[in-house]
Parts: sequence; C-alpha cells; structure tokens
Amino acid sequence: MEFSEEQINRYSRHILLPEVGGKGQKKLSKAKVFIVGAGGLGSPVALYLAAAGVGTLGLIDSDVVDLSNLQRQVLHHTPDVNRPKVTSAKEKILALNPDVKVETYEDRLTSRNALDLISQYDVVIDGVDNFPAKFLINDACFFGKKPLVHGGILKFDGRVFTIIPEQSACYRCIFKEPPPPGKVPSCQEAGIIGVVAGIIGTIQATEALKLILSIGQPLTNRIMDFNALTTKFREIQTKRNPNCHLCGPQPTITKLIDYEQEACELQPSAGVSVS
Amino acid sequence: MQISINGKAETIEATTVLDVLTVKDIDPQLVAVELNTEVVEREQMPTTHVKEGDKLEFLFFMGGGE
Repeated sequence: MEFSEEQINRYSRHILLPEVGGKGQKKLSKAKVFIVGAGGLGSPVALYLAAAGVGTLGLIDSDVVDLSNLQRQVLHHTPDVNRPKVTSAKEKILALNPDVKVETYEDRLTSRNALDLISQYDVVIDGVDNFPAKFLINDACFFGKKPLVHGGILKFDGRVFTIIPEQSACYRCIFKEPPPPGKVPSCQEAGIIGVVAGIIGTIQATEALKLILSIGQPLTNRIMDFNALTTKFREIQTKRNPNCHLCGPQPTITKLIDYEQEACELQPSAGVSVS
Repeated sequence: MQISINGKAETIEATTVLDVLTVKDIDPQLVAVELNTEVVEREQMPTTHVKEGDKLEFLFFMGGGE
C-alpha cells in the first residue's frame, strides 16, 4: 500500500522522525488496537491512536454517555448524552481521521467473547473501570498472547503498566486477585480529576505506538504510578512472580473468570436472609 | 531502623512487613507489597522480616478507567 499525497502530508511530522519514517507509518496503518472501554482512558487512547494513523481501532463498551462522563471522557460531547459510547466514539474518530477503520462492539467484555475479540488485534488497551474486567483482560491477553497496556486511575492518581505475556510481569504477578468487593472505592464513589485520565491514557497510547513500531523500551517489568497533586511519577521495578497463579510455572488459573458474576451471586438479594 | 517506603527513607520500628503496614495504618487487603522488588504474598506478610536498608513499595489498587 502506498500513501497518498494527503496522507504523506497528514503524517509528515511522524515521517520526519527517524524512529518512525515512512516504514513505521505503514506499520501503524496496518496495526489493529483493541480498546476496552470508551471512557476516561479509552478517549485519549482512541483519539491519539486515530490521529497517529493506526489502521484499525476496536472499541468495546456497553454504556451510554452520561452527563457526568463529560468532565473527562473527551471523546463524547454534550449532544452525545444518552447515546451509546461506541457510536459517539466512532463518529469522533472518523471525523478526526477517516483513514481509520473503526470496529465497535456495544457489549461488555466477558469470558465468552474476550478471547475471540482479542485474537483479532495486535495490542490491547485496558480502559475499564472495575477490577473484574481488569483481571479478565489480563488473563485473556495472557491466554491469547497479546501485549496489553494496563491503565488505572483513582482520585488524583494513575497507573500504567505494559505486559508482554510470557516475557514480562503480568497484572496478577503483582495483584493476585481482585480486592474484596466494596473495599476499594471506584471513581464513581471517590471521584477522579479528569486530567489524570488524559495523562494516563496518553501514556497508554504512547506505549501502544512503541509496541507497534518496535521502538524504545516498553514499560514492562516496571509500574509507573503518577500523582497529580505532587506532579510526581514513581517507577516501581518489578519482575515475573514465580508464584503467579496465571503466568507462573504452576498455574492454577487455566480459564477465564467472570469475577463480577461470582460477586453478584455472593451478594444477598432482597428477600433472602443471610445468616 | 531505616527503610525505604515508596522511594522515601523512613525510620520505623517494625520486624515484619505486616508490622510496617500496621504502623502505616494500611489494610493489607488493599495493597500489593514488594520487598526489594519481590512480591510479598499476603499470607507471608506476618512472617516476612524487614531489615535496615530494605526497599518496600506499596501498590494500592487502582480500578478506575471510565
């Protein structure tokens, strides 16, 4: 595939970089990135990867846009309230760069669809807002052998961590399992300063571009924590955990787990007494 | 005893990783702990000793994204 004059102009600032060049730009145009969650993290990731000329972006999200999302989810605008996030996202991406092929899935990522969806992409981005999904993505990327760029945000803090299955530490190497339900507040409960989603999402997008271009050093075996109040990054060195239940030599996790369902089942429902 | 906690030198009276968490008033269920870059399993926190110059990192759960 040859670039048109317009495309050469569009991507000229990339092509000027020796680390990218025309060859790298072609790699980007052939790359497929799967973004799980079209919200706070998914917004900057999708916008920057689209602007960068990544050929295919897959977006999965089952939610509709809520007014309270607009403080940080920059893919969505005021007229998008109550519209499916993936529809709103697709429009913005195509308006920014019609070269991009956008695949949308108005659905939740579950143990049933995760492996099939992930298998269709080169890099996966975690932009979800709950632990069951974060563990599901980590496990699915391990089983599917796809690089994953993990992201997490809460209040004024954010975290990025790149995982290359079987080569670098996975999320479970550090965090064995989700915290007990209700123990860790969500952004909905505790709040989130909108810009942190932008900072963390932009780093996630950077990691994805580096992986596609095979340049620089990926954020593997080190976790990057950011605090907006101090404007400090903390890099935590880590390594593969020989006791990891997923990627260690004696795995006990051999299939995908839907934690949410388990948690729901454990919760006492109305009319049922729990002693 | 002086140890490094999250990159900061701190003087603390503690024998085990769990002691450090108790002194810092941190619920062990809410953090992952690394001692000199090795992950300390939660069950081993009460029996894993800390000594002068050790480097401890606390990684709190961060579940947001939307």
